[in-house]
Amino acid sequence: MTETPLFSYTLRLADNALILGHRVSEWVGHAPVLEEDLALGNLALDLIGQSRSFYTYAGEIEGKGRDEDALAYLRDAGGYRNALLVEQPNGDFAQTIVRHLLYSAYAHPYFDALTRSKDAMLAAIAAKAVKEMAYHVRHTAEWTIRLGDGSDESHRRTQNALDELWPYTGELFENDQIERALIDTGIAVNPSDIRTRWSKTLDEVFEDATLTRPRDGYMQSGGRSGRHSEHLGFILTELQYLQRSHPGAKW
Amino acid sequence: MTEKNMPLWEVFIRSRTGLAHRHVGSVHAVDAEMALQNARDVYTRRGEGLSVWVVPSQAITASDPADKDTLFEPTASKIYRHPTFYEVPDEVGHM
Repeated sequence: MTETPLFSYTLRLADNALILGHRVSEWVGHAPVLEEDLALGNLALDLIGQSRSFYTYAGEIEGKGRDEDALAYLRDAGGYRNALLVEQPNGDFAQTIVRHLLYSAYAHPYFDALTRSKDAMLAAIAAKAVKEMAYHVRHTAEWTIRLGDGSDESHRRTQNALDELWPYTGELFENDQIERALIDTGIAVNPSDIRTRWSKTLDEVFEDATLTRPRDGYMQSGGRSGRHSEHLGFILTELQYLQRSHPGAKW
Repeated sequence: MTEKNMPLWEVFIRSRTGLAHRHVGSVHAVDAEMALQNARDVYTRRGEGLSVWVVPSQAITASDPADKDTLFEPTASKIYRHPTFYEVPDEVGHM
């Protein structure tokens, strides 16, 4: 299988957005209160919208006639390139919020940097996404502060979520051969350039939330090259069910 | 429980075309910042607004429906307060 680096890179961006968007959409109809149900639905729709733009572009780069639906609905788990963080289960509300904060505090500066990409299409998609991710940071940061600095139980659950998810943050800052060439030509973002911003955003939130930042120990890795946790298979079973059972089904 | 931890806030939105904020409904939220976010998420999903206000519902002093006759009935017989008895010269244009 030969893929151009640009295709692989765009697919990673798309998969991160789709899988997290799907995860968050699982809350719809189940959120603690109506207001948050709509808020989570909005976050999910932002992400799924971003994934559609990236998939469409990935399909054009590949040039084999695959559109956004083909890429989202007809690839197996091994073909997905999302970071392991975004496929982690929703758990309790704290876990969902912390996972989203860790991702959006990364995605916001990441897309901000991507707006300066030499690739005009990636820059344009990023320009739209960066505004959305700014709100994701704001919403999940405010919740993290209220949960962390809330009751004993909400503090305990939020700290647990943070400790559990922290080992998945290392993967966000990896860059492999696929990306290095694109970084050198000014197309891809070098994630180490935004690490300080990510870290600072989180530290400020953790301080207000009275949460302890976990130490960087062993980090999970593999999602970006297709090695996933068992969770992704279950996500895809639900996500792809309709297209798999009724190929080509349309609205 | 919900009422105690998540009081009610009234939501006002200024639309793209509107000059004044208009009451659109209410949300529950733990505090002002979350009320603002909830209002944004519940009431501006279709590009309705350019500005949002939230006000604690408790801060609103409302008239008693039982006072309806006392407060509002007397105006019914004062139709001369409606500006419909004046000739507006054409030169004035839209007013």
